[in-house]
Amino acid sequence: MAGKPVLHYFNGRGRMECIRWLLAAAGVEFEEKFVETPEDMEKLIKDGSLMYQQVPMVEIDGMKLVQTRAILNYIATKYNLYGKDMKERALIDMYAEGIFDLSEMVMSLVLCPPDQREANIALVKNKIKNRYLPAFEKVLKSHGQDYFVGNRLTRVDIHLLELLLYIEELDASLLASFPLLKALKTRISNLPNVKKFLQPGSQRKPPPDVEKIAEARKLFNFS
Amino acid sequence: MAQRIYSNQKYEEEFIHTNEDLEKLRSDGILMFQQVPLMEIDGMELVQTRAILNYLSSKYNLYGKDLKERALIDMYSEGLADLNEIFINYPFNPPGVKDTNIALMKEKAKNRYFPAFEKVLKSHGQDYLVGNKLSKADVHLVEVIYNMEELEPNIIASFPLLQALKTQINDMPTVKKFLQPGSQRQPPVDEKNIQKTRKIFKF
Repeated sequence: MAGKPVLHYFNGRGRMECIRWLLAAAGVEFEEKFVETPEDMEKLIKDGSLMYQQVPMVEIDGMKLVQTRAILNYIATKYNLYGKDMKERALIDMYAEGIFDLSEMVMSLVLCPPDQREANIALVKNKIKNRYLPAFEKVLKSHGQDYFVGNRLTRVDIHLLELLLYIEELDASLLASFPLLKALKTRISNLPNVKKFLQPGSQRKPPPDVEKIAEARKLFNFS
Repeated sequence: MAQRIYSNQKYEEEFIHTNEDLEKLRSDGILMFQQVPLMEIDGMELVQTRAILNYLSSKYNLYGKDLKERALIDMYSEGLADLNEIFINYPFNPPGVKDTNIALMKEKAKNRYFPAFEKVLKSHGQDYLVGNKLSKADVHLVEVIYNMEELEPNIIASFPLLQALKTQINDMPTVKKFLQPGSQRQPPVDEKNIQKTRKIFKF
């Protein structure tokens, strides 16, 4: 087996953070090589390391994997966080995809032009409160178990904790009427690997700095 | 739905024609996130396209033989999904944005995605993208090729291995049937569809 996985990405949350969370929760140590300049990016591209000339890219088990979901699916399967059979996997995928849809919306708020921010924030908060959190609370209520799927820890619990923390950063009151989600959040946060990741000094990345993001986007020529 | 055809599985469709149809599904409580697609299969009410595709692929042996093959299949499928996302949405774009996105799709197809897949096929010289066997990655790739050909008919002219893959897939009896008129395959979006869709989803 090769050494530790190596994560190639910008020094920020973006599309790599959910991967950092999953590796950390699985107790897997990983290295990070940050893309800081266009030259860093060009080197990766010239080396042929990026199938679509994009990051995230994770070097793991002799592969250079790109595409967030491909990376997450591999890690989840390898470390037994993807359910015990096809049907559990289907539920896990359904829940995870809902989580990703909402995460995408929340993360995009920092990219919003200032004049649209108020309206977009209201829209996203509405979806959080009326569509997504009720759906997840309902699942927990339906089986009354400590974990989201199959009565044991899976990737969904980790993805969900990450999302709940972002929602809390946006507006802590949004979680108020969801007791089972709050309880899950506490329980998962207390798992040893997760607790460690939540400490200062871990590889977890801080909330995005709107100005820094704008600069980075200009530097890398993102539209 | 190309997935089910490759596995020669019959399926039924209940089309949403009006906003009322959509609201009924929502009030019946079977749409986990109040959205479609929904597939009722094996006692589950599955939503989220990737959840549905992954389940079908596993069930019908289109997802590789092990963890590492699945990783490649996922990497290939996800890249194609990025390109296809633009294609799915562009009919609904406002006019200026639409033209920009058409140009963008052609450029990405020819300079990023098709070269990447031609390179994969060249690297192992096999007939399929992964594991010398048909997988969901081949299915998605051929669907995307068809979609891009709607924008530019000769778009894979300089990709001989992609042409070979397309021909091979076309020759599969189930696919041949799916490509015939009268199958469940959906035609390109037209102005009528667009208006109807806007009414259903209120946008």
